[in-house]
Amino acid sequence: MNLETIAIILGGLTIGSALMVIISKHPVRSVLYLVLTFFMISANYILMNAQFIAIVNIIVYAGAIMVLFLFVLMLLNLSRENEPKSSIMVKLSAVIAGGTLFTVFIAALKDGVAVAATTATDADSIGLVESLGQLLFTKYVLPFEMSSVLFIAAMVGAVLLAKREKQIIE
Amino acid sequence: MSVDQLILMILALPLLGALINGTLGKNMSKQLVGSIATVVMFVSFALALMVFNSNHTTQLIQLFDVIKLDDFTLHARLQVDSLSIWMTLIVTGVGSLIHLFSMGYMSHDKGYYKFFTYLNLFIFAMLILVLGSNYFMLFFGWEGVGICSYLLIGFHYSDEQKGMLNGVAARKAFIMNRIGDLGLLIGLFLILAQFGTLEYTELADKLTIENIEPSTWMMFGITLCLFIGATGKSAQIPLFTWLPDAMAGPTPVSALIHAATMVTAGIFLVVRSNFMFETPGAQITQDIMFYVGLATSLVAAFIAMRQNDIKKVLAYSTVSQLGLLFVALGMGAYTAAMFHVTTHAFFKALLFLGSGSVIHAMSDEQDIRKMGGLRKFIPITHATFLIGTLAIAGFPLLSGFYSKDEILAHAVMHSPVIYAILMVSVAMTAIYMFRLYFLTFHGSFRGSDEAKHHLHESPKSMTIPLLVLAILSVFGGLLNLPGVILAKGTHWLSHYLEHNTRGLELIKTEHLTNSQAMLLMGGAVLMTLIILFGTFVVYVKRNSVAKSDEQLKGWELASNQKLYFDELYNALFVKPIEWISMKLHQFVELFVLNKSILGFVGLIDKSGNIVRKWQSGIVASYLFWMVVGIVGLVVYYLVKF
Amino acid sequence: MVLATIFQNGVSIEFYIVLSTILFVIGMIGVMIRRNAIILLMCIELMLNAVNLLMVAFSTYFGQADGQIFVFFIMVVAAAEATVGLSILVMAYRNLRTTDVSIFNKLKG
Repeated sequence: MNLETIAIILGGLTIGSALMVIISKHPVRSVLYLVLTFFMISANYILMNAQFIAIVNIIVYAGAIMVLFLFVLMLLNLSRENEPKSSIMVKLSAVIAGGTLFTVFIAALKDGVAVAATTATDADSIGLVESLGQLLFTKYVLPFEMSSVLFIAAMVGAVLLAKREKQIIE
Repeated sequence: MSVDQLILMILALPLLGALINGTLGKNMSKQLVGSIATVVMFVSFALALMVFNSNHTTQLIQLFDVIKLDDFTLHARLQVDSLSIWMTLIVTGVGSLIHLFSMGYMSHDKGYYKFFTYLNLFIFAMLILVLGSNYFMLFFGWEGVGICSYLLIGFHYSDEQKGMLNGVAARKAFIMNRIGDLGLLIGLFLILAQFGTLEYTELADKLTIENIEPSTWMMFGITLCLFIGATGKSAQIPLFTWLPDAMAGPTPVSALIHAATMVTAGIFLVVRSNFMFETPGAQITQDIMFYVGLATSLVAAFIAMRQNDIKKVLAYSTVSQLGLLFVALGMGAYTAAMFHVTTHAFFKALLFLGSGSVIHAMSDEQDIRKMGGLRKFIPITHATFLIGTLAIAGFPLLSGFYSKDEILAHAVMHSPVIYAILMVSVAMTAIYMFRLYFLTFHGSFRGSDEAKHHLHESPKSMTIPLLVLAILSVFGGLLNLPGVILAKGTHWLSHYLEHNTRGLELIKTEHLTNSQAMLLMGGAVLMTLIILFGTFVVYVKRNSVAKSDEQLKGWELASNQKLYFDELYNALFVKPIEWISMKLHQFVELFVLNKSILGFVGLIDKSGNIVRKWQSGIVASYLFWMVVGIVGLVVYYLVKF
Repeated sequence: MVLATIFQNGVSIEFYIVLSTILFVIGMIGVMIRRNAIILLMCIELMLNAVNLLMVAFSTYFGQADGQIFVFFIMVVAAAEATVGLSILVMAYRNLRTTDVSIFNKLKG
C-alpha cells in the first residue's frame, strides 16, 4: 500500500462525493455530500503534510460554513418536491462546456515545462503550525490584520441584512 | 476720362444699381428704388455716348486672368470697337427708356425692388456679352442674360391664377436656351481645340492675316455649333416656341429682353464671328442659316396672322424679324443686319411699350377682341403705336423701310426667287401688324363697360419713353441711308461699323445700281400701301371682328393654334422623357433601390434582434458563455504558441 | 510523526493538477445546472476548495509555505462571502418566497 495508491483512491473518493453534490436532488443531501467532500480534501492535505490547513479546513469549512448552510436550508424548509429543475438542454450544454474546459486545461498542461520538486530536507515541516505562523506574522501580517476588518464588515453586513424589517411582507 | 475708365464705369454702374437695390431695396421707397435703377442706366448711356464720340480705334481693356496654364491663358478682357460700342449704345439707350417706363408700369407691384434688381443685373450681363473681348466673356454674359431672363419671365410666380404658368414659361425659356447653349459651348471647345485661343483679335489674325487654313469640316462644325447657340437665344426653328410663352412676363421685360437686347445676342454672335463665317468651310452653315431664317420668318408671320393676344402677335413678329435677320446674315450682309437690329430695337421696343400702355389702360386685358376704338381714349399711345406699326410694316421714309429694304436689296442680288419669298414674308408682316393696329384702336369698343370706365392715358413716366422711341423710329433710317435718296448716300452705319470691327472691312458687298434700287423701293412701297388699304377696308369699313376661338377653321385655325409646334414637341420629346422617367422610377427606384436599402436596414435590424436575445438575464447562461470564452482564449493561445 | 513528502515518493504533480481541475469543473457544472440558490453557493465553495487543493499541492512541491498562507486567506474570504451571501438569500426568500435563481431575469435584453 504505497502512497501512490492511497492518493489515487482518495482522489477518486473526492471526485465521487463532489459529483454527488451536484447530482442529488434533495438539497440537504447535497449539503451532506459537500461535507464529505471537504473531509476528503482534508485527507488530501494530510497526505501532503499540510496539517494545519487540513484541520482548519475541517473546522472552518465543514464545521462552520456547512453548518450555516444547513441552518439556512432548514429555515427555508425546502424539500425534494419543489426543487427547481433545469431542462435537459441546459444540463447537456453545461456538461459539454465543462468537459471542454477540462480538456483544454489538460491540453495546456501538456505544454508545461516541468520544474523539479524541491529536495530540501526540511521541506516536510512547512505545513506545521510553527512555520506557517512564522510566515504569517512577518511577511503577511498586513493581510492578516485586514482579514479581521473583513470579518467585522461581514458580520455587520450579515446582521443588518438578515434583520427583520418593520413593514409587513405579503 | 480715358476710355478704360469710362467703360469700367459703364459696366460697374448697373451692377452697383443691382447690388444696392437687391440688398437694401426692400426697405427703400419705391421712388428711390426706381430712380436709382433708372438714373444708373441713363448715366451709363451718357458715358457710352462719350466713349462713342472719342473712340476711333480698337482698344482692349484687361481686367484679370481667369485661368492661367502653361500654354493657354483665359483673360477677362473687354474690347472696345465700333460693334461693341454700338451695341452698348442700343442696350443702355433703349434700356434706360424701358427702365423709365417700368417706374410707372410696375408701380402697383409689390416686388418692385426685385424687378429693378433683375433689370439692372440683366443689363450688366448683356454689357459683358457685348463688351467682351473673347468668347468666354460672351458666354459669361450669355448665361447671365439667360438667368435674368428666367428670373424676369417668371417674375409673377406667386400669382394665384397664373403663377404656375409663369413658372412653366420661365423654365421653358431657360431649358430651350440651354439646348442652344450646349451648341455654343461645343463650338467654343472646338475653337479652343483648333486655334488654341478664344480672343476675337487673335482668331481674326489667325484666319485673315496669317492665313491658317483649318479643315472645312472643322470650320463647318465650329460655325454650325455657334449657329445652334444663336438659334437658342434668337428663337429660330426649332428652338423658338419659348419666346411667345415668355410673354407671360411683365411687359417691360418683353420689351427689353425679347425685343431689343437678348434675342439680338445671337445676331451679335454671328456678326462678331464674321471672319469665321466667311471661311470656305462655313459656306454650308451660311446656307443653313439662310434657309432656317427664311423658314422661321414665314412660319412665325403665318402664326401671327390669327393670334388674338396683343403681346403674342408682337412676339411672333419678333421671331419673324429675327428670321429675316438670319437671312441677311446667311447672305453675308452683316452691316445690313446690324442696321436692322438697331431699327428693330427702336420700333419693337416702342410697340411692346405701347402694348404695355394699352394693357395698363385696359386694366390688364390683353385680348384684342375685347378692345377697339381706343384711339379716342389713349391718344399718345395711339399715335406712337401707329408710328411703330408703320415702321415695322415698312412704310416709306420711316426707319424700318430703309433697313428692310437694304436686306431685300441683298436678297435680290442673291436670287430673285428668294426675293419673292421674302416679299411674301414682308407682306404677311404688314398684314398682321395692320390687323393688330386696326382691331385695337379703331372701330367701336368691344370690351366690358367696367373696363371702359377705367380707360385712361398712361402717366408721363410711361408716355415719355414712347415718344422718344417714336422719334427714333421715324428718324432712325438716317443712320444708314442708301445712296438713292440723297445724291450720294451716307451709309453712315455701315462705314462706322466696317471701319473699326475686325473682319467686316474685308467683306465686300455689292451694291445695286441706282435704277435697280429705285425699282425695288417702289415695289416695296406699293405693296405696303396696298396692304394698308386692304386691311383698312377689311377691319374698319367692314368691321370684320376677329372670330372667337370656336369659329376658326382651316388655315385660320392652324395659324391660331401656332401650327401645333408645341404639341409636336410635347409628343416628340416631353412624353418620351416622362415615360422613361416613370419607368426608371418604378423599376430602379422602387424595386431595386428600395429593396436593397430597406433590405440592408432589415438585415441589421434582424441581426440586432438575434444578438439582443443573448442577454437573457439568467446567470447560469452568462457563466456558460464565460466558459466558452475562456475555452476559446486558452485554445487560441495554445495554438499560437 | 512526519510523513515523507509524497512528491518524492512517486506521486506526480500532474495528478493533483488533474484532480483539482476535475473538482473545479464539477463545481462549475454545478453552478450552471442547479437553480437553487443555496446549492449554487455551495458549488462555488467547491470551486474555491479545488483551488485550495492545488495551492497546497504546489506549496508542498516547491517547499514554500506561501501557498498555504494563501489558502488561509482564501478560506477567510470564503467564510465572509458565504455569510453575507446567505443573509442576502434569506432576505430575498422573505420577499420572493422562492430560491430559484432563474426568476432574476429583469436585466434581460
